[in-house]
Amino acid sequence: MTTNPTTPVVPLATDLQDERLIRTEGFKGAIKVGVNRVRGGDLGVLPIIVGLLVIWTIFQALNPFFLSSANLVNLLLESAAVGVIALGIVCVLLVGEIDLSVGSVSGLSAAIVGVSFIKLGWPIGLAVLTALAAGALIGLVYSLVYTKFGVPSFVITLAGLLGFLGVQLFVLGVEGTINLPFDSFLVWFGQQAFVPAWLSYVLAALGVAGFFLSQLTLSRQRVKNGLSGRPMRLVVIQTVVLAVILFFAVWYLNQTRGVGWMFVFFAALVLVMHYAFTRTQWGRSVYAVGGNREAARRAGISVNRIYVSIFVLCSTFAAIGGMLAAGRLAASAQSSGTGDVNLNAIAAAVIGGTSLFGGRGSAFSALLGILVIQSISSGLTLLNLESSFRYMITGLVLLLAVILDAVSRKSRTSHGRA
Amino acid sequence: MSTVSAERTETAAPVLSMRGVSKHFGAVAALTDIALDVHAGEVVALVGDNGAGKSTLVKILAGVHPQDAGTVNFDGKDVTIHTPVDSIQLGIATVFQDLALCDNLTVVDNLFLGRELGPWRLNEVEMEVQSWKLLRQLSAKIPSVRIAVASLSGGQRQTVAIARSLLGSPKLIILDEPTAALGVAQTAEVLNLVERLRENGLAVIMISHNMQDVQAVADRVAVLRLGKNNGTFRMKDVSTDDLIAAITGATDNVVTQRAAQSGAAAAASTAGTAGPDGTAGPDGTTRASEGAAEPGAADGPAGPAGMGGPGGGSMPPGQPDGNADQPGSGAVPEEGNVP
Repeated sequence: MTTNPTTPVVPLATDLQDERLIRTEGFKGAIKVGVNRVRGGDLGVLPIIVGLLVIWTIFQALNPFFLSSANLVNLLLESAAVGVIALGIVCVLLVGEIDLSVGSVSGLSAAIVGVSFIKLGWPIGLAVLTALAAGALIGLVYSLVYTKFGVPSFVITLAGLLGFLGVQLFVLGVEGTINLPFDSFLVWFGQQAFVPAWLSYVLAALGVAGFFLSQLTLSRQRVKNGLSGRPMRLVVIQTVVLAVILFFAVWYLNQTRGVGWMFVFFAALVLVMHYAFTRTQWGRSVYAVGGNREAARRAGISVNRIYVSIFVLCSTFAAIGGMLAAGRLAASAQSSGTGDVNLNAIAAAVIGGTSLFGGRGSAFSALLGILVIQSISSGLTLLNLESSFRYMITGLVLLLAVILDAVSRKSRTSHGRA
Repeated sequence: MSTVSAERTETAAPVLSMRGVSKHFGAVAALTDIALDVHAGEVVALVGDNGAGKSTLVKILAGVHPQDAGTVNFDGKDVTIHTPVDSIQLGIATVFQDLALCDNLTVVDNLFLGRELGPWRLNEVEMEVQSWKLLRQLSAKIPSVRIAVASLSGGQRQTVAIARSLLGSPKLIILDEPTAALGVAQTAEVLNLVERLRENGLAVIMISHNMQDVQAVADRVAVLRLGKNNGTFRMKDVSTDDLIAAITGATDNVVTQRAAQSGAAAAASTAGTAGPDGTAGPDGTTRASEGAAEPGAADGPAGPAGMGGPGGGSMPPGQPDGNADQPGSGAVPEEGNVP
């Protein structure tokens, strides 16, 4: 508002005219809104940021290598595969469903790539496409069973968890493990592909500029149409904070190997899904189905089509994650996608703030959630603690996240927020 | 006002014309052979007791579930409405009793749900501007359109639901008990709103249990009883007592019985006159053209005895008793399912 000298003469914005509305103009008003929102149980990303800071502080105190550039580079690379799977979980959670089979599907996808690329000698592109198609097909089958027979997704995907683990073992055959050559694209992408330093700064600058411009144009457009704009000072401060975080992170990671392309790929997927969820009709329909399925149906949304798209997306993301994991490991094994992959992916989505009850959450929860989980995993590995502790602590964090979800839900209800 | 529009609509072809519409759920016949006409610029009130089939009729028009038999003619064309999308595309907007809003979405999101501007790049600003314009037109009292619907009061939610129905510029608006959850002032506002819809040349079907609301805005009243037409009345010609008689199926009904309990003599005379044919009064005086062929008089008292199962699950328990000593007993062999 300070940048616009004509503000005092302009009549009150259309959306601020109701006298019952507590005036929240300008920068201070925006801060006040934020505080009220947190009090009302609309916590947003706050608990995750706080949690992440606490975890990092503890592990840094216990082992000074934890926050070193080399370890963080590794941490980001490790988080990409399960992060992509968690992005799929965010999709299904948004419509109030669940997919328990993402681990098996990712393992199957790794097996398909390994067998078709190494044993059958297919070109890598064709092998990747086949694995993607298999993932999409699995999602299609889930969604058809779900929409035609009305079986709860919990049960369908539990069957898928077992069934596709079997298919994975069958595809791999007797040997059980297929090593991927180090000069193949997948392994290069998973282990050695790093963004050149200059390009990483360019990407960061593009991100910051994109954020600032989109905020600015949105604000201008609102003011032009007689609505209240965003306070200029707030936009500038947000942009500066984002720039500081991004550039510092990129600079720090560039001290050693830099930013892995695999992580950039994951981040790009998160941004694309964020756009799809928030700025497209499809995304709006997803939230509507998750919030009130019958209302969505009566509003003319083809609910079944939304379910199909969501389940297909989730399984496809699981397939992508499986291939990334295979590249990272340089092998497709019987153990691919087993163990804690499933639960880590689901835990990441929930810890990141996507509600188990449907209709609330964002694509960024996959990114933030997987950072929390990988930080715990990496920190405990550095402390030479057995995996028993890792399971216990991750379980505890998941429990805390779910409790936070339930409590903030109650608080939202009592404060009249959705 | 009602007389003007009622006369105007006599000549024009109806926007909506239903003939012989039936719907059953398992063994329960929720609707049997329903006929209903609605003209442009006309408010038709749809009344009936609980379980009379009002909501089922609305759901057929809204595409929630299709009818089993019969034709629906909309805007001069025979149509089949299988899904809510069909209904919306035809130009039928329905405001459901349970509102059908998404609590987790904001007012703007709910208003434009299913018809967002810019499917691949939502035009939030334009949607918000249009939302404000629409809500101001309806003189709606919504403090902010960027808050979740969960934080709105019942009346505000009703306003949002009605506003949403107007967005697609529909030809027919169906309001399912629009005033049921509202306060005095908000009820008046909704009734004003209904009149404004009529002035704009829209056809309106309003379901209500509230006779005052019906009399305040309706041009015609269509009565459903146990899933069947039980007469259509022009509002100016009919009294509340006649309407209640048509709704309950007899002038000797729970309502009059309660009134009669204060005087035993009055009770005796009521039973005497109502005995032969409960619906004779309204039927003779004001039955509208499309209902004339219906042997509505016969199914009045007979209904409770034979049809108690189908549509009358939630009928007042006193109803069958009230007819037991009347010619209703003559209906027993006809239906054949009462020992």
